[in-house]
Amino acid sequence: MDATAAAAEVAAAHRREWAYVLAATVRVTRDLDLAEECVQDAYAQALTTWAERGVPAKPGAWLTTVARRRALDLLRRDATLRRALPLLVEDEEGTAPDPGGAFPDDRLRLVFTCCHPALAVEAQVALTLRLLCGLSTAEVARAFLVSEPTMAARITRAKKKIATARIPYRVPAPGELPARVQAVLAVVHLLFTTGHTAPEGSDLVRRDLVERALDLALMLRGLLPADPDVAAVLALILLTDARRETRVGPQGRLLLLAEQDRSRWDRAEIAEGLALVREAVRSRPPGRYGLQAAIAAVHAEAPSWDDTDWAQVVELYDLLTAVWPSPVVALNRGIAVGFARGPAAGLAELDALGGEPQLAAYGYLPAARAAFLAELGRVTEARTAYEEAILLTGNAVERDFLAGRLAELDRGTPAAGAHGAERSG
Amino acid sequence: MAQYVVLIYEDEKSWSEGNPAEIEAGMKAHGDFAQAVGDKLTGGKALQPTTTATTIRKDGAGGFTVTDGPFVESKEALGGFYLIEAADLDEAMELAKQVPAPFGGVELRPVMVFD
Repeated sequence: MDATAAAAEVAAAHRREWAYVLAATVRVTRDLDLAEECVQDAYAQALTTWAERGVPAKPGAWLTTVARRRALDLLRRDATLRRALPLLVEDEEGTAPDPGGAFPDDRLRLVFTCCHPALAVEAQVALTLRLLCGLSTAEVARAFLVSEPTMAARITRAKKKIATARIPYRVPAPGELPARVQAVLAVVHLLFTTGHTAPEGSDLVRRDLVERALDLALMLRGLLPADPDVAAVLALILLTDARRETRVGPQGRLLLLAEQDRSRWDRAEIAEGLALVREAVRSRPPGRYGLQAAIAAVHAEAPSWDDTDWAQVVELYDLLTAVWPSPVVALNRGIAVGFARGPAAGLAELDALGGEPQLAAYGYLPAARAAFLAELGRVTEARTAYEEAILLTGNAVERDFLAGRLAELDRGTPAAGAHGAERSG
Repeated sequence: MAQYVVLIYEDEKSWSEGNPAEIEAGMKAHGDFAQAVGDKLTGGKALQPTTTATTIRKDGAGGFTVTDGPFVESKEALGGFYLIEAADLDEAMELAKQVPAPFGGVELRPVMVFD
């Protein structure tokens, strides 16, 4: 195998196996930094060895063996390493490598350690990208638009807290599990939403973040196959991501759900998402993610914008408001009411949210108001609302879209229905 | 096993000016906590209110500035602490959640170990 082909295989294994290899290696080192170093060494060795001898039958097991051997060597050679750092706390299970060459799947331990509620959410997200997805510190920094030293400090601080405060490397007890799974899903969902509509910058979508979120959701689905919330988050990501090719038009213009070419939606992703939604809402009263996924499913199943079952969307938002009372949910519900019962009804819902402090700097509220006002022929008020929305929007693609709508108003072109209110979806 | 300190931050006025039944319930809750936790609890003290505190800082010129009052003025002040033993942060958090702090909350800190 030539070096280029081997490099491609190693890159693929990096993406696919990183978390598995690292999680198994941490069992030997009981130190995250040392484990990362050994896993990086293993991937470096794979570049040469795989080029010479071909890709092993089980790349993950091969990499794990190399990384763990490297860790044992380092620990033997330098006994002070063992003493220098507080070691991760584990449960009693033995840490000796399995003589049969198979390694227990320790990824769940790593997941719960990265997403421990005693860590700040931004630290949880950074650790997840770094330790579970194998991103470099520079890549994590770029993903969140902070400088590399800032991100390095954030990751170092989080790792130090894990070791010093003894955040355990362990799957939580069954009693704690539901709450802890929620914390993990919150991280995956945050990654996805950040990628789906980047809050800042020139691109609407951060494809890298969306793909990482999808990878993580698929991983969790494999590790916790019976959890309905895990199924729901995966469904939500699949159903939303299925529209990726249709969200941006020529010249990078934002296309609304109403304008998107539904024949170009990813039908395979939609089918997979719909099956998961059914599973997520079947087992019990659905939670926050199950309801969000169900709303996405209504859109995915509607043959066209005009055929969307808005009454059902409103009903689902009513249920969602009950389990997750957030002003942003109330805003989306108000928009759906506008489509189900007309712009005046929608506007009344949105105006009731005007005093919400959490929405004061949220550009979607004035954008949605503007669209309903325009549809009602209240042009002056609509103009003011669009101007406000433009000021509050950090994403360049979204800002251009709003400026376009404002220009249409000024030209006296009839607004394209209230659809301007709908989030890009 | 590791040691953690549970720092109890509460609104002092609730203790000093609260109604007697509330205070009594609060005192009893601390007694119950000590009973429930058993030998995981290795120490602890309640502190006199911050009106009795004296703060001493270096003045940067070789001397000291002494002021009446706590180091940081805030509505919720450090009012006492427990020293507990736990295997890991999850266990320590479980214990800390049982610490009665009806007028505030607690901060959990691992104890530094010097080799």
